[in-house]
Amino acid sequence: MTKEWTPRIVAFFCNWCTYTAADLAGVSRLKYASNVRVIRLMCSGRVDPQFVLEALAKGADGVLIGGCHPGDCHYVEGNYKMLRRFELLKRLLADMGIEERRVRLEWISAAEGEKVKTVINEMTEQIKKLGPLGMPQKFETWDKEIEHLAVEVQARDAAQGPCPTRAAQLKPMEAVHA
Amino acid sequence: MSAKKEELRIGFYVCHCGHNIAAMVDCAVVARYVETLPGVALSRDYKYMCSDPGQELIQQDIREHRLNRVVVASCSPLLHEHTFRGAVEAGGLNPFYFHMVNIREHDSWVHTDRGEATEKAKALARAAIQRVAHHKALEIKKVEIHPDVLVVGGGIAGIHAAMTLANAGKKVYLVEREPSIGGHMAKFDKTFPTLDCAACILTPKMSEVGSHPNITLWTYSEVTKVDGFVGNYTVQVKRKARYVNEDLCTGCQDCISHCVFKEPKFADDFNEGLGKRKPIFIPFPQATPQAVLIDPEVCLNFKRNKNPDGSPVVGDKCKKTCVEACGEKHAIDFTQKDTLQEVKVGSIIVCTGFKTYDAGRSPAYGYGNYKNVYTALEVERLVNASGPTGGEVILREGKNADGSPKTPKSIGIIHCVGSRDKKTNLWCSRVCCMYSMKLAHLLREHTGAEMYNFYIDMRTPGKGYEEFYNKLLEEGTHFIRGRVGEVTDWAMTPEEEGRLVIRVEDTLAGVVRRIPVDMVVLATGLEPQADAGEVRRLFNMSCGGDGWFLERHPKLAPVSTFTDGVFLAGCCQGPKDIPDTVAQAGAAAAEALVLIDKGYIEQEPNTAHILEDECSGCKSCIPLCPYTAILFDEGRKKAYINEALCKGCGTCVGSCPSASIVQNLFDDQEIFSEIEGVLAYD
Amino acid sequence: MKYAYFPGCSLKGTGRAYEESLLPVMKHLGVELQELDDWNCCGATAYMAVDEGKACAAAARNLAIAEKSGLQQILAPCSACYLVLNKTQHYLHEYPAMRQTVSRALATVGLRCDGSSAVRHPLDVLINDIGLEAVKQKITRPLKGLKVAPYYGCQIVRPYATFDDQSNPTTMDRLLETLGATVIKWPLKTKCCGGSLTGTLPEAGLRLSYILLKEAIKRGADVIATVCPLCQFNLDAYHPKIAAKWEPVPIPTVYFSQLMGLAFGLPADQVVLNRGMVPMKPLAAAMA
Repeated sequence: MTKEWTPRIVAFFCNWCTYTAADLAGVSRLKYASNVRVIRLMCSGRVDPQFVLEALAKGADGVLIGGCHPGDCHYVEGNYKMLRRFELLKRLLADMGIEERRVRLEWISAAEGEKVKTVINEMTEQIKKLGPLGMPQKFETWDKEIEHLAVEVQARDAAQGPCPTRAAQLKPMEAVHA
Repeated sequence: MSAKKEELRIGFYVCHCGHNIAAMVDCAVVARYVETLPGVALSRDYKYMCSDPGQELIQQDIREHRLNRVVVASCSPLLHEHTFRGAVEAGGLNPFYFHMVNIREHDSWVHTDRGEATEKAKALARAAIQRVAHHKALEIKKVEIHPDVLVVGGGIAGIHAAMTLANAGKKVYLVEREPSIGGHMAKFDKTFPTLDCAACILTPKMSEVGSHPNITLWTYSEVTKVDGFVGNYTVQVKRKARYVNEDLCTGCQDCISHCVFKEPKFADDFNEGLGKRKPIFIPFPQATPQAVLIDPEVCLNFKRNKNPDGSPVVGDKCKKTCVEACGEKHAIDFTQKDTLQEVKVGSIIVCTGFKTYDAGRSPAYGYGNYKNVYTALEVERLVNASGPTGGEVILREGKNADGSPKTPKSIGIIHCVGSRDKKTNLWCSRVCCMYSMKLAHLLREHTGAEMYNFYIDMRTPGKGYEEFYNKLLEEGTHFIRGRVGEVTDWAMTPEEEGRLVIRVEDTLAGVVRRIPVDMVVLATGLEPQADAGEVRRLFNMSCGGDGWFLERHPKLAPVSTFTDGVFLAGCCQGPKDIPDTVAQAGAAAAEALVLIDKGYIEQEPNTAHILEDECSGCKSCIPLCPYTAILFDEGRKKAYINEALCKGCGTCVGSCPSASIVQNLFDDQEIFSEIEGVLAYD
Repeated sequence: MKYAYFPGCSLKGTGRAYEESLLPVMKHLGVELQELDDWNCCGATAYMAVDEGKACAAAARNLAIAEKSGLQQILAPCSACYLVLNKTQHYLHEYPAMRQTVSRALATVGLRCDGSSAVRHPLDVLINDIGLEAVKQKITRPLKGLKVAPYYGCQIVRPYATFDDQSNPTTMDRLLETLGATVIKWPLKTKCCGGSLTGTLPEAGLRLSYILLKEAIKRGADVIATVCPLCQFNLDAYHPKIAAKWEPVPIPTVYFSQLMGLAFGLPADQVVLNRGMVPMKPLAAAMA
């Protein structure tokens, strides 16, 4: 990469509150960092934890989820459902060694254009401090390491005969993260 | 599914939106970039995509270039998705083979670096191109609209909206919390700038509402539950017990005069507590409906303890002279209970109004501390011929030498109390300048007092308003520009002794002045109702940061809300005067009529369905659905979705462990490709 | 209950009666006050006007010492100290540049201030931490018949205090009512006493003191109760000058803590009414 690194943040905004708030920020000509790419969903309840994992795996340095304030969900309680999943997701991320601060859940109502600006700017700053997550690069390195290991093991096996405890031969990994 | 084997031919359009987008995003660069992406058959940039030629361009390209997908990068989909879907459909494609990219509200308007903004536009465009490949042909569902309308709130907004609809032949339920309709306007003496008598113009409308065959009027009632969706709302209304059968009461008021309380004794809300009423009362002479009610808190026939359900316990202590007086009519019913009624309507107009700012929150102005400090609404009642003093302006405190009540010789009206103030409310309440001048005129007319108006800026935008201001100036009312610092009874000179002193910086003269007066009127501002938060939730609306209900668009959808079929009118949406309120109520009624007369609305086909083969029957989705749209087939051990009930939130989709639920327009595949798309670009 | 106690210069000098009465009253209520070790001048209003950075650093040193002592609540009875320490706290929270300046200055003497402590006024502590009920239980000699004009001055409510209303504070009113006194309603509760103008521009400053004293007498007060050493000084010390310029306005001004001591029945050397310059006839009657 020749360019200076800047964070890539994927955001999932609910149609009724946060996406509308981002529209309001636009209409109000508020200015904020350009690092966030918004994906519109009908409700924050639609956010599958896999979306977050996929985004991080595909090169996002952070993920922002925006929904209606508690009690204000257009679909009654989708945001609560998201909140539950989010708490679990954070634990999962911690177990995977990914900083909790890379993901953020915010309640932003349709009237809070100013909050969209603040949250996006804060989040961009925070991710800048954390530095790149670089999952795709890591996957590449890990793949190479494993291929390398596999070659080593094969070479050793060829020299010393197969390890008796190893039931099956280790094949070069194609894509551990598939 | 027919598009499956077909070669992908995507048409991409990036809109300049004049300079709105083009000034910050290099549209030509975006178009050239997208052209290189797989599946893209054609990529253009164009000045105004939403214009007729823009839309025709799409249609023509679909035909000439055999496009089977279309992506437009322009403004927010909330604004023009509908427009472009229409164009795609007119070009002969299913309208859902379309996706929209927001590079205006989310890009060009919020960024300052042209390079960065262009990069972002490319990334978003790429995501859309990847996503649209997975789009499927969908069918729009039509939902029938129930022709009846619910109007909530019986102030002038609700009255006008209800009358408009009823006169158009529609059936209306008008629900009002107070025992009579009329709202704040019924309390006013005159209206600005014409000085029409408020009662004279309002009460005929009120009685029309009361007798209109198409209007079901439920006063002393509150909406407690709203279920359903546009066209098909089920509304639960609590009708509070008035202990008088409305249908049997003729409004003769014999019961009131025969009440065991010989004199009115209890604070009268309609007169802002300046007058008194009995336990059995009618709020005001022109109340609609013309039916009395009993206040169980003070009526002797009720005990002070309550039943477990909160209803008062009927005692047997009182002689019940009211029942005797009612006689044959048998209208009084002490056993009446709150009842719940349910109605079905297709649309709802919310006109729940405002409350006035609590002057006690500005202690520097002495309301509550000095008796001769009044709120404007109190003065409305004081100058009203049917008010507690019969229109005579007499002070709460102080007597003349002969013991008679005192009339003020000088009066100060303080503008912007609870408005345009960081400490209270930031907004201008829009009506206070005008009503303050109206009150200055009326008080002067009633008392001949010297009038002082203390204002920060004089705001008179309206027909005949500035002329009214000129009239007041000519009448000799003093206008002093400056926000009043305090109202005090601290006298520095003999002239100030025993009076209220208004201390103010006169910003035109550049001096601090002390002006002694006998009476101070606080022009209190307008605030959202105390329970606006609950009402908002009830009807699934949004509130602005200031607490007023939020319209869908401040300019283009001023009476719509984010919930289809729920409309707004009057001050619940923001402070406004009577002409604006009535205009808005008419507009809201017209919006409801549009729905009713069309008879149906088209619904986004973004519902979810279950892929039966993949469903493991774990049932984890079932409790997640707030609409109980997911059911379980015990025989086959599979869940299934009733698409008529599904509102398309996707919560079940996001949580299905076997990924067996698909949401139209927001399918996993579509989202995953969008994620990849926004990130893949370098 | 234990608080760090920041006396400031006044309470050790012209405002001795404040400290001499407040400490026993607090002790009587079971409150422990621990005087800050090696505290320094708060800077008062003057230093802030000259150099905010240095003034903040000086004030923050006291906050830092309090933090180090482990006591998170600082009791600052003098109005100027209360205002300045609060202001410093606000500046540290709101202005990163100021935080940096102050941190650098404090670092040179091996101190750090993270702004975690709370600066409290005795009225705030009495009403919100101790509670009027506890105060009531200590009263042995209710101030029946004593008409008191509560005078708050400008600094404790404006602009930072959150424990009372800015234009119509009532905490002292409620406290005095609890003590059994009759509280005079008057609109000059937070008007200027003249401040340092009594020294620098006497014709302006004295007039303001005169207005307050005159109005209190006019409203029938026996005594003015105050919370501020400078107010007490201005309202007490200039009577001969005021009498010469306008008219005699003989009304004593005492600290609320002195009235509390009186109501608690504390010994005379703890109520220290002898410190005042204006004769305390009505109070002497209450003492008898």
